[in-house]
This record gives sequence, C-alpha cells and structure tokens, in this order.
Amino acid sequence: MNYQYNIGCSLENLKGIRDFIRGSLEGQGLSDVTVNEIVLALDEMCSNLMIHAHHCNPEHILELHIEIPKKKTLVFEIIDDGKMFDINQFAEPELDNLVHEKRKGGLGIRLVKSIMDSVEYIHESNKNICRLTKKIP
Amino acid sequence: MVHIKRLQEDGIDNIVIIGEIDASSSIELDLTIAKSVGEKFTKIVVDCTALEYISSAGLGVFMSYIEEFRDKKINMVIFGMKEKVANTFGILGLADLLHICNTKMEAKILVNELSV
Repeated sequence: MNYQYNIGCSLENLKGIRDFIRGSLEGQGLSDVTVNEIVLALDEMCSNLMIHAHHCNPEHILELHIEIPKKKTLVFEIIDDGKMFDINQFAEPELDNLVHEKRKGGLGIRLVKSIMDSVEYIHESNKNICRLTKKIP
Repeated sequence: MVHIKRLQEDGIDNIVIIGEIDASSSIELDLTIAKSVGEKFTKIVVDCTALEYISSAGLGVFMSYIEEFRDKKINMVIFGMKEKVANTFGILGLADLLHICNTKMEAKILVNELSV
C-alpha cells in the first residue's frame, strides 16, 4: 500500500501529519509503542524541515509518502524543494551538554536515529528526497 | 492540541497535561513551568495521565529546567505516563535525569521526600 500527504510548512500542521501516519499504519498489527515511535521520528523530521529549511512558511509544501510493502520494511519519504537539511551531517549532542546549556533543541535527531533503521538523502529533479526505513516484525 | 491546567494542593503545584505536546505547543508547557517557578513553588508534580504524545520539543522543555531546579532547590516529579509516552523518554535515557513514577500518590510522597 502507498499513501501520500501534502502539507504546508506550518508547525500547526504537525498534528495532521501525525494523524495521517497513524491512519496509514492502521491494520498492520503494530503495537501502540511502535506506531508512536514511527510517528515521533517523522514528526521530528518534518518539524526540522519546516523550521530550518522553510522558516515555517505555510506556502512551502512537504510531500510525505508512505510505502508498506509485503516484506515488512516500511519506507517513508519526505520530499521538499528547500535547502537540504541532512541530519546525518549533525552530531548528536550529549545529554549532559544539553542540560548544562539549557538547550531545548537537539534531541530530535537523536530520536530519529534511534528509531529508524536508515536515513538517506537523494537530490533529484530539484527536489530533496529524505528516505527513512523501519523494519517491523 | 494541548490543554494544561495547574492546581495547588498541600504546597505542591500540580501541572496537568491533556493532549499532545509538539513543536507548536511545547511553549505552553514552558510557560506553565515558568509560572510555577515564578510563583516560588519548590514542589512541582506533573500529571501525564492524559498526555497522549510528546516530541523532542516537549522533552527539551523538561531538560532545560534541570539545572535551574538544582540551583533553586526545586523538585519536580512526573507521573502517570502511558507506555508509549514513557518509551519516548526511555529512548533518550531521560528517566535517569528526571524523577518519574507511576501514580499521583507516589509522586506526592517522592516530591516531599526530595524536599526534606
């Protein structure tokens, strides 16, 4: 099954993204915890893109694709035409440093890398494609 | 998206979070905790029984207060997290940095013990 959702880059739209992902994963026999992890990782990726690549401009559009093949490796793609925001280029901050610096950001990248099995980027036809995969039992 | 209430009881400020906390709503949690600190509460209990979702923005709010709470001798205990929410805290190892328990009763006992 393939699902697609297009959404403007406003943080107010994150709820709609989460609902779309939950709906797409319904009936796959996944636990609440697994669904929540996937929702969390994609929410983090989309909010990072909205903030850092699109400055929360609601006229800029993110395309979210979900592919649920039979072999049970879920494939998620987030497609945009902004500045590429590659989380693999960012070091994961140490928790102690975040506490000491009283920083509210920096945890999202650590969450995504912990939850997803792979995060890769492709630049194609002037679009950035961020492809994330997650193996499920 | 999120509704946050405060109730004062036996010198403890109870913060009740209802709904979902993400990058658009984490500011409300931040402002609520800041109000509690501003009103000089030293015992804060956060009720997460109706918290359905939290992203890194919300976790970051809790993290950002850890040092200030140490300096000001403020104790905060979080309780009642659903398994999926507790898992989010667990992925990052935040359970070691924050005081977390299961029930309101346990949270009240712990926040009082920490304040002795």
